[in-house]
Amino acid sequence: MTSIAWERRRRAFRRGWAEYRSDREGIVGLVVLGLFFAVALLAPLLADGSELRAVNTTDNPVWAPPTEFRPLGTDNLGRPIYDQLVYGSQVSLLIGIAATLIAIVIGTVVGVAAGFFGGWTDAVLSRLSEWFLVIPFIPLAIVLAAILGPSLRNIIFVIGVTSWPVTARLIRAQVLTIKQRLYVERSRALGASGAHVMGRHILPNVMPLVIANATLTVPIAILSETTLAFLGLGDPLRVSWGSMLEDAFSAGALGREAWWWYLPPGLCVIAVVLAFTLVGRAIETILDPRLRAGWRG
Amino acid sequence: MGISAGWRRGTARDRTLTSSAMTTWSTPDFWLGMILLTLFAVRLGLFPTGGIEDPSSGATGVEKLLDQAWHMALPCLTLAIAYVGEFALVMRSSILDVVREDYLTLARAKGLRDTDVRNRHAVRNALLPSTALIAINFGFVLSGAIAVETVFSWPGLGLLTTEALRGPDLPMLQGLFLVFSASVIVFNLFADLLYPFLDPRVRYA
Repeated sequence: MTSIAWERRRRAFRRGWAEYRSDREGIVGLVVLGLFFAVALLAPLLADGSELRAVNTTDNPVWAPPTEFRPLGTDNLGRPIYDQLVYGSQVSLLIGIAATLIAIVIGTVVGVAAGFFGGWTDAVLSRLSEWFLVIPFIPLAIVLAAILGPSLRNIIFVIGVTSWPVTARLIRAQVLTIKQRLYVERSRALGASGAHVMGRHILPNVMPLVIANATLTVPIAILSETTLAFLGLGDPLRVSWGSMLEDAFSAGALGREAWWWYLPPGLCVIAVVLAFTLVGRAIETILDPRLRAGWRG
Repeated sequence: MGISAGWRRGTARDRTLTSSAMTTWSTPDFWLGMILLTLFAVRLGLFPTGGIEDPSSGATGVEKLLDQAWHMALPCLTLAIAYVGEFALVMRSSILDVVREDYLTLARAKGLRDTDVRNRHAVRNALLPSTALIAINFGFVLSGAIAVETVFSWPGLGLLTTEALRGPDLPMLQGLFLVFSASVIVFNLFADLLYPFLDPRVRYA
């Protein structure tokens, strides 16, 4: 029985991929993402990390515009902007994805539990996620990060535990509709346990939604990281695009018009966030035919 | 903007609006502030670089207000650009939802002009999600302004937050967090109370 189900799913996936390829924006997003991931993974080959420490940059000119120093110039300590950008991509992507994983796992567990069990479990979990949803997210993250202290792990944790409620609500709604399907009822009638129904029928059916939602959560996590790092809550030992902006701002790069310092990190953030959003929307369109252009109900 | 994009879905105008809205949505708001600051204040010298008023002028009355408005222009512009994209996207999708409703077909069948159908029938019904978003955003603008206020050294709650962070002054942070959360709750309450006036269906539910 499972093999038939798997065969069907594989076919559905192939059909989805064929549809995805026809979505130009989705492909553009995927290509941009591939580029950034390649840069993040190949960072040690693309740039020499030693010059990220100011002790190793005493020979470099400071405040050098791109015309005077290698590809993108240097900052107030002589650190090359290009190296910072390359290594910053690692931190930004890592935080974006790791925080999203936490958020998605919490969101899926809460959503499935609330939708499947109903009753008072649903009531408690739904109130809890509404509570998290209404609380302004950035101040909460700021307070948490300030109390826990600035480190890579804490930033991931803070963003992860504050961004799950949207996922939980979406998953809950989806579980509620799946629960009504005939095959779930049939499985129940044959004596299947709650765990079996959840694992075999509910989870596989919410998975596509989970993936689409994850792709749309990553950009929010990356934007949050940028804001938190800009406010000085990032890991002080690692370069990220947000911490570059913070350095540039507190070193007075605005007044000196050192555009080569603060322009590139912002553009990178926009590119990655936009790419993730495009990919997420493309997946969403495949899952929900109502979003397709020209659809008439 | 969302209205015009959603009404004529798939046209060139829809595509341009949607993609530019998504781009501003993807932009970190404080970074946008930094760019505007260098462009208009440092390079062109059109606006002050920061603060709430000119400390040396000693102006009073209307002049003082004008001075403050002058200092407010760039931070406001920044936040406006940062949030307009989200509003446009939400408005567009709620217009898309109502475009298929039967009452629009009826309105057209009655012989109403396209603009009348749009403004009097579609928009009124599509306004609800945007109202909710405005309410939520009042709170989020308060907190989202933290980074923007820092860039423009605007002495508001946001700058206070950043300064409390540098301390770190934890009791101050907790107090600010309380104020931010309370404001979100109050604005949500306003939105809920406003709903019945916008949509009679809510009144009888």
